[in-house]
Amino acid sequence: MDILNAIVALANFVLIPAAAYGAQLALGALGVTLIYGILRFSNFAHGDTMAFGTAMVILVTWALQGAGIGIAPLPTALLALPFGIGLTAALVLGTDRAVYRFYRRQKAAPVILVIVSMGVMFVMNGLTRFIIGVEDIAFDDGARFIVNARAFRDATGLDEGLALRSTQVITLVTALVVVVWLFWFLNRTRTGKSMRAFSDNEDLALLSGINPERVVMYAWLIASALATIAGTLYGLDKSFKAFNYFQLLLPIFAAAIVGGLGNPVGAIAGGFLIAFSEVGVTYAWKKVAGYVLPFWEPDGLLQLLSTEYKFAVSFVILIAVLLFRPTGLFKGKSV
Amino acid sequence: MKRLLLASAASLVAASVAGAEEIKLGISVGFTGPLESMAPQMAEAAEMAMAEVTESGKLLDGSTLVPVRADSTCIDAAAATAAVERIVTTDRVKGIVGGMCSGETTATLQNVAMPNGVVMISPSATSPALSTLEDNGLFFRTSPSDARQGVVMTEIIMDRGIDNVAVTYTNNDYGKGLADSFAAAFTEAGGTVTINTPHEDGKADYSAEVGALASAGGDALVIAGYVDQGGAGILRGALDTGAFDTFVFPDGMVGSALETNFGTEIEGSFGQNPASAGAGRDAFLAMATEAGFDGTSSFAAESYDAAALIMLAMAAAGSSDPATYKEKVMEVANGPGEPILPGELGKALDLIAAGTDIDYVGATSVELIGAGESAGSYREIEFAGGKLTEVGYR
Repeated sequence: MDILNAIVALANFVLIPAAAYGAQLALGALGVTLIYGILRFSNFAHGDTMAFGTAMVILVTWALQGAGIGIAPLPTALLALPFGIGLTAALVLGTDRAVYRFYRRQKAAPVILVIVSMGVMFVMNGLTRFIIGVEDIAFDDGARFIVNARAFRDATGLDEGLALRSTQVITLVTALVVVVWLFWFLNRTRTGKSMRAFSDNEDLALLSGINPERVVMYAWLIASALATIAGTLYGLDKSFKAFNYFQLLLPIFAAAIVGGLGNPVGAIAGGFLIAFSEVGVTYAWKKVAGYVLPFWEPDGLLQLLSTEYKFAVSFVILIAVLLFRPTGLFKGKSV
Repeated sequence: MKRLLLASAASLVAASVAGAEEIKLGISVGFTGPLESMAPQMAEAAEMAMAEVTESGKLLDGSTLVPVRADSTCIDAAAATAAVERIVTTDRVKGIVGGMCSGETTATLQNVAMPNGVVMISPSATSPALSTLEDNGLFFRTSPSDARQGVVMTEIIMDRGIDNVAVTYTNNDYGKGLADSFAAAFTEAGGTVTINTPHEDGKADYSAEVGALASAGGDALVIAGYVDQGGAGILRGALDTGAFDTFVFPDGMVGSALETNFGTEIEGSFGQNPASAGAGRDAFLAMATEAGFDGTSSFAAESYDAAALIMLAMAAAGSSDPATYKEKVMEVANGPGEPILPGELGKALDLIAAGTDIDYVGATSVELIGAGESAGSYREIEFAGGKLTEVGYR
C-alpha cells in the first residue's frame, strides 16, 4: 500500500507533469532544430512564432465556439489548429519573402541571420500583443480531467491522489503523431529526402537539381506547423500569455542544443531530458521517502536543490554537454 | 536683458508663493508588469481626488492639479527610476502618488525623490523594510507594513482551526518580506510552516514548485504572489494535481482575476487585503462607481487617500513646496480635528483656511503611525459559490 502511495505521488508530481512539459519542449525544439538544419541559423523568433500561432488558434476557437461548433469532450482548439497553422504559415512565409530571402541571397553569415531573427522576434512579439493583448487567456474547453485527484483518492482508498489532465494526454498523443509523421516525411518522401540532402551538403544538393527555394519553403511550413502545435498544446495545458512564450524560448534552445542542433531525434530526447531534470532534481523526496522507508523520519525536505535553481539545472547540463560533446548527445551539427 | 530676466524670475517666485498656480502631481504605478490589472483603478482613484480639489478651487487660491502618469513597471527598478526621473526633472511634479511595489519604490525614493526633495506617498508598497529606511521625512504610505499583514493573516488562519501551512512567495522584496513576517508570526502563535519557498514570476512551468510544496504538505497553501503572474501558475498547478484544497491569498492575490479564472475551484479558500469598513469606504465606492471604475480593486482607495493627503498637506502648509508641506502630512492625517471623508476635500480646505484642525479619515480610515505608515485595517475575504465575498474587517 505504501509502495503504491509512493508511486502515485511520484507519478502525480514528477512523471506526468514532466512528460507533458517534455513533449511541449520537444515539439518546440524540433522546429528550432529543423530551421537550423536547413537554413543554418538559430531562429530566435521561434518562441514568438509559437505565441502568434496560438493567438490565431484562439481567435478561430472563439469563432467556432460562437458558431456552436465543437468536438466535445475534446477541446475546440484542436479543430481550430489547421486554420491557425495556415495563418501562421502565411505570416512566416511572408517574413521569409520580405526579410530572410534578402540575406540568404547575399549569403550572409549565420550570426547576421541570428540577429535578423531577433529583430523578427521583436516584431512578432508586438504583433501578437497587438492582436490578442497581454492578458492570461484560458481557452481550453471540454473535459479537463481524465482522472481527478480527489476522485482517484476516493476510488482507490490511497492517501495520494493522481491527477491526469486531458490536455496532458492530448499533448503526449499529438506529439507522438507529429513526430512519427515528421520522421516518415523526412525519411520516405521525395521532398523530405531532398530536405535532408540539402541539410547534409548544400552544394551537392544543388548540383543534383534540388530547388533550394522549395526546400526552404517546406522547412518554414513545417516549422510554423510545429510551432503552432507546440504553442497550442502548451496553452491548453497551462494558459496563454504572450510573455510566457518568450520565456519558453530558453528551455527550448537548451533542449535543442543538448540533443544536438539539426538532429530531430536529439531535439526530442533533449526536450524530455530538460523537463525531467527541471522537475526531478528539485523534487522534495520527503513524502515519497516517508512511504518507502516509514521507519526513517527525515528532518529536512530531502531536496537536492531548491526550486529556484531549476533553471540552473538545465544550464549545467547544457554546459556539461557542450564541454564534452560539442555537437550534442545525438551528433548534431557543431554550434 | 539681465533686468528682464531678474524681473521674470522674481515674478515666478512670487507666483509660486502666492496666487493660483498649476501644480503637477506624479502618479507612479506599474501600468505594465505583474500588477498591471490593478494599476488603472489606482491611477483613476488618485486622479479623482485631484479633480475634486481642482473643482473646489480652494487649494492655494484656486490652483489646479494636473496628474502626470509614470509607468513604474513594479519589477524593474531601473525602468521605474527613469520614469520617475522624467516626471520629477522634466514635468517638475511637486509630489508623487507611488511607487507601487516595494523594491521599485525603494529605488525611486533613494535615487530620485530624496536627491530632488520630492514627497512620495505610496498607496501599495508594503515591505517591512520601508519602515526603517532613511527618507529625510519625504516618504509616507497609506498602506500598512506587511509585518502587520503577517500577524493578521496568522489570526485569520488560526481562527479557522488550521495550524499547519506551506508558504510560497514571489521572489522579490514584497514576497519575501511578507512571507518572512508571516512565518515568524505564525510560528510564534504555535503554528507550523512546513516549507517557505520562493517562485519566480513569468516562468513557463511550475510543476517543480508544486511538487516541492506538495511533498512538504500542510492543511493550506499560502501564496504570497501576484494574481497576474506566478501566483496564478502555482495555484493552477496545485489545483490540478490535487496537492492542496485550501488556499490563503494575501493582498497581491486578491483580485477579480481569481474569480474569473478559478471561480468555484477555490471554494472555501480565503485571504485578506488592506481595506477598511465604514462611511469613508462607502462614500469612496459610490464616487468610484460614478466616475466609472471599480473602487473595490486592491489599493484604489489607498491611492485616493495618498493623493488627498498630499493636497491637504499643501493647504495646511500654505505652499506646494515639498520641503515645507512634508511637515504637515502627519498632522492632517491624524487627529485631533474635524474628521474628513472622501468627497469632503473642499470642506477640508475651507476648514484649513479657517484655521481649524482636520483629521483626514478618507477611504481607508487613515491613521499614520511610526515613520508615516498606515496602522492597518484588513478586509477578510472568502470564496463562496465561486464569488469573492467579504467576511469582515480586522
